[in-house]
Amino acid sequence: MIAMMAAAPTLVHLSAVDLVIIAFYFLLVLAIGFYLKRFANTGEDFFLAGREMTAWVAGLAFVSANLGSLELLGWAGSAYQYGILAAHWYWIGAIPAMVFLGLLMMPFYYICKTHSVPGYLQLRYGPEASGLSAITFAIMTILMSGVNMYAMAVVMKVVLGWDINFSIWISSLTVGIYVAAGGLFSAIFNEVLQFFLIWFGALLIPILGMIETGGWHGMVARIHENFPGQDFTHMWAPMRSFGDNPMGIHWTGIVFGLGAVQAMGYWTTDFLVVQRVLSAKDIRSAKMAPIIGSFFKMAVPLIVIIPGLLARAVLPIHLVPASGLQPGQHSFNEVLPLMLARYCGPGLLGLGITALVAGFMAGMAGNVSAFATVWTYDIYRPFLVKTAPDQHYVSMGRWCTLIGLVISIATAYLVMNFASIMDYVQALFGFFIAPLFGTVLLGMLWKRVTRAAGFWGLLAGTVSSVGMFTLMKLNHYWVSVFALSPKAQALAQDMYQALWSCVTCTVVTVLVTLVTKPRPDHELKGLVYALTEVPREEHTSWLHRPVVWGVAALAILVVLQIIFW
Amino acid sequence: MTEKHHIIPIWFFVGFLLLVYGLLILISGLAEWSHPPNTVLANLHAPVWWGGLLVVLGLIYCAKYYPRGQN
Repeated sequence: MIAMMAAAPTLVHLSAVDLVIIAFYFLLVLAIGFYLKRFANTGEDFFLAGREMTAWVAGLAFVSANLGSLELLGWAGSAYQYGILAAHWYWIGAIPAMVFLGLLMMPFYYICKTHSVPGYLQLRYGPEASGLSAITFAIMTILMSGVNMYAMAVVMKVVLGWDINFSIWISSLTVGIYVAAGGLFSAIFNEVLQFFLIWFGALLIPILGMIETGGWHGMVARIHENFPGQDFTHMWAPMRSFGDNPMGIHWTGIVFGLGAVQAMGYWTTDFLVVQRVLSAKDIRSAKMAPIIGSFFKMAVPLIVIIPGLLARAVLPIHLVPASGLQPGQHSFNEVLPLMLARYCGPGLLGLGITALVAGFMAGMAGNVSAFATVWTYDIYRPFLVKTAPDQHYVSMGRWCTLIGLVISIATAYLVMNFASIMDYVQALFGFFIAPLFGTVLLGMLWKRVTRAAGFWGLLAGTVSSVGMFTLMKLNHYWVSVFALSPKAQALAQDMYQALWSCVTCTVVTVLVTLVTKPRPDHELKGLVYALTEVPREEHTSWLHRPVVWGVAALAILVVLQIIFW
Repeated sequence: MTEKHHIIPIWFFVGFLLLVYGLLILISGLAEWSHPPNTVLANLHAPVWWGGLLVVLGLIYCAKYYPRGQN
């Protein structure tokens, strides 16, 4: 995406009605931010939206926090590059983890009334593991916010010809005002708006694309005609060996690396998404929210993966990797704007562009609000100012939002100097998510795990992940060792890196546990499965039981796998 | 949505946004009916029916979640 700057001519030209649509969005989110300011007075209001969101609002915000434009553009590009294999990140790489979060992990997060995932680690393990997790997470969120900001500026430059500085400052100013005013209330409201904008802005692409190609079979026939001998439309069949698919991945990498570790880690311990569910008004809503989100997540390939596949079928040009972009060419990451420009005229184009802008701004807002919470509750309060009135922490949260944005802006300008920073940021994000999942899950399921084991396990997992990444980048020989094949591409390497780092974390945690003294049971009530009474739902009708909908989501997932096998 | 706070439901804002955008897109689609833009399948007049759909959905959300007095 960074290299998109190289393509000088703009993809589309906006009309007056498009500009009105974009301007109206900015005005509306600012107005909502000012309106919500009066409701964000206490710490719980500002950082957890008062814990009064319904399951639907929390569920939509939960899935929207992961539906930013960075993801939309990136995964549409990956669908063009790797074919329907990219849909694994939306299905097996999300649905089981979301159901697992709703049914098994959410009750613990909710019952212990934590403000964050590092907050849970503080209660379960103590300050060492919590501090390590909080600091790493704070750095990552700010970095991601800056990358979102810069990616948006680059897209606006390439698509519309807007000045990069203008885009960075106008978007950060808007996000800063509405998040500092309304806290998580504002972030969640904006995420729900963004959810609708993205769907209504992008859904026309697959509809019109399918009309143009004559449906799924027509699209597949055209892809085979344009790219003979390559399989872009099957999900599992080409993964019998590393060399049979464009990603260079074996099914074990998808099932164990992605499904069992990376996805579980991201959806159950990444605070950015978990914070949305923590805002739910009661425990049943908190359990239902991720499950509601899972149904929408399952549908997202319609607006992300299908446009990437359609581009293979209908675009007269061949897209290239961003790293090898020449003037006049287009990169994989430009698939979505190219398809938007293909089908959408004035008005619809403005809606599509607004959806992308909203996605970028929601990405920034999500990261900045998560940063403010983790900094205030998991670094500032436990380590710097332990006892202060609630108002003091709310003020700190507001200032953190603004300071976080200033650092994000600096990061955005820093990113300009690193052509491949996007790849590195994605990998950096995985450094601590996979081991963190091991630490949190062991802590919830095994009461014997000790304070020292939590810290050393997390540290060992993170260090091993960084080590594997570095070795694979320095010498390709290590790709065969860690990713099991020299043909493994970057995404395949990430999956095996996640798997081994989680295994390292688990092994170290177990070994240290066996030689250290456990905490007494009474200190672990509400934190560990065996010592926590989770409210049952005997008196709830079956239609309102989260487990029923969780099973339904998993059943649909299985059917989808069979259809696209 | 709220118990402690009487906040205007997010769904009302969603409806308002869809309604305004639907009207803008629908009017723009009608204005270009006789000279559609240079896009693929422009003959289907997507802005007209897509804008119409947004207007209908926007009206439904606005009507259902219009903030009436709650005290």
